[in-house]
Amino acid sequence: MSHPSAKRTAGLRRSRGILINVGRFVVMLATTYLGLLAVTFFIGRVVPIDPVLAIVGDRAPTAVVERIREEMGFNLPLWQQFLIYLRQALTGDFGTSVLTTNPVMTDIVRVFPATLELATVGTLIGAGLGVPLGVVAAVRRGSIADQIVRIVGLIGYSVPIFWLGLLSLLLFYAKLKWVAYPGRLDVAYEYTFTPITGLYLVDAAWTRQWDVLWDAFRHIILPGTLLGYFSLAYISRMTRSFMLNELGQEYIVAARAKGLSERRIIWFHALRNAAVPLVTVIALSYAGLLEGSVLTETVFSWPGIGLYITNSLQNADMNAVLGGTIVIGSVFITINMLSDLLYRLLDPRTRAK
Amino acid sequence: MTDPSSPAPISWRDWLLTAEPHSRRQASLGRAYVTWRRFSENRLAVTGLLIILALVLVAIFADLLAPHSATTGNLAGARLLPPGSPDFLLGTDDQGRDILSRLLVGSRITLAVVALVAIIAAPVGLLIGTVSGFAGGYVDAVLMRITDIFLAFPKLILALAFVAALGPGIENAVIAIALTSWPPYARLARAETLGVRNSDYIAAVRLMGASPARIVIRHIMPMCLSSLIVRVTLDMAGIILTAAGLGFLGLGAQPPLPEWGTMIASGRRFILDQWWVATMPGIAILIVSLGFNLLGDGLRDALDPRESGR
Repeated sequence: MSHPSAKRTAGLRRSRGILINVGRFVVMLATTYLGLLAVTFFIGRVVPIDPVLAIVGDRAPTAVVERIREEMGFNLPLWQQFLIYLRQALTGDFGTSVLTTNPVMTDIVRVFPATLELATVGTLIGAGLGVPLGVVAAVRRGSIADQIVRIVGLIGYSVPIFWLGLLSLLLFYAKLKWVAYPGRLDVAYEYTFTPITGLYLVDAAWTRQWDVLWDAFRHIILPGTLLGYFSLAYISRMTRSFMLNELGQEYIVAARAKGLSERRIIWFHALRNAAVPLVTVIALSYAGLLEGSVLTETVFSWPGIGLYITNSLQNADMNAVLGGTIVIGSVFITINMLSDLLYRLLDPRTRAK
Repeated sequence: MTDPSSPAPISWRDWLLTAEPHSRRQASLGRAYVTWRRFSENRLAVTGLLIILALVLVAIFADLLAPHSATTGNLAGARLLPPGSPDFLLGTDDQGRDILSRLLVGSRITLAVVALVAIIAAPVGLLIGTVSGFAGGYVDAVLMRITDIFLAFPKLILALAFVAALGPGIENAVIAIALTSWPPYARLARAETLGVRNSDYIAAVRLMGASPARIVIRHIMPMCLSSLIVRVTLDMAGIILTAAGLGFLGLGAQPPLPEWGTMIASGRRFILDQWWVATMPGIAILIVSLGFNLLGDGLRDALDPRESGR
């Protein structure tokens, strides 16, 4: 194996393996997007008895219904409709929202940063606390600490997030007055503050408006912590499982025999090896929070994509609902698959042979 | 020692734990007994089982247990009474209805939702997974691609969109949740199928002339059941939470049905002054999902000791 040409072919084989992986990834991603669009098409056009009535309402005069049917191509065969739908979706055209009268895409671009900011804060809290808790639980397996982490995680898996949100609002906002009321900013700032990226924490820090930053912080801390708790439940459980796996390996025994300190063995050797699957888990929980924000945003009046979808639902605004579904679905799928690809690329054991 | 013609009087325990069972029934009962012993050592798991048994009993006898009507209240005399009021243990809601009675009757909806989703989604996943794993080739590739596509979807959002199109209601919520929850079962069943499809007993059955359908249904599906049951039990909590979430958004069960998520939504308006209206149903949801999670964890540990403690 020390022969140089052998080394080169090994290198070639490796980069080919990566190429195959990336190629497979692109195909998978494309078919999954296609599947998502097929399902939303099915929901929007096939499930309702008459999609035109779903759009114009059942009190519209027959002439209007027929005109809309003609205009929207609903009298074409279903496969042609699907192709048109695909072309529109790929160009980001999800139709017009009945409620806001804007193109759905414009609305989504406006509200998406709020969801992104909330999910990011949630994941930071969840991973920042969940990983150390999971490590401690694994190292002290069976101890009181392990039991506590387990119970905290189990409750996180079992509690309805909207209910916990309501109760936390009652306690921390209404009774203790520690946090600000629902929304992203106080009304006073709502009209004076011009966002740049739409991530208020980033924008306020960037423009050095410290009072706005503090206000935005007081608004995001409660919903962020709540989402963080849910991702903590998942992350700490998985961390514990991965760490138990690593701590049983022989290299740990070898490191102990070498006389390394226990702290170094745990936090450096074992955790580093558990890090690869952990990246996947954290990415998955991030995607999950983007989705899970629907209920949280409703409780906290957080003007993100979740609240946008539920508001549209209440007004039977199908274009907006399906547009939002496609956007969240695409982000979800992309993160899902990217984390899978990352896992394959980072872990030598899973590389294509 | 134990001659079948003259069975020595042995204890039930020995009969169950014997290494040489005389009949299939004895062997399977013995296995069940070992599993039960492993399960019952786990105190949390037994707690979970008790919670679920209690849920089932409450759902069956809700009419007898409920002290008041779940749907009609006393608007004049009993609006928004706090918990601990005489005659109303958990208080009343804005329509003067007894919250305890509503919770008891609502347990039926919760149980029906999880049961229906399990009855729809688990067989679909089982069928797709076993057929895919047994057939292999193109069938496998296509079916698994479809499964992966559905697996990559965000479940709650998709369920929301489905219900939006179908119209709100508890039946449509069940359909929507079932449509989004079969893929993990298909993956699981396929993995189990791949594990047994090349084993000797399948070859023997095939030599005896069994059709592929018979092999899959009679000889492969039973092998997938135990891991499938564990997985379904672990998913129950998620199903309850999704159903409650849909109810909270006004898309699940419609008032005056005492669905717990819907009850939280209607208590939301009074949360500042009458906290109990929204709090009590949430506690019920928490207890029941916790029960399913504990039961699922315990079942997994008992059926698959390798994974125990993970």
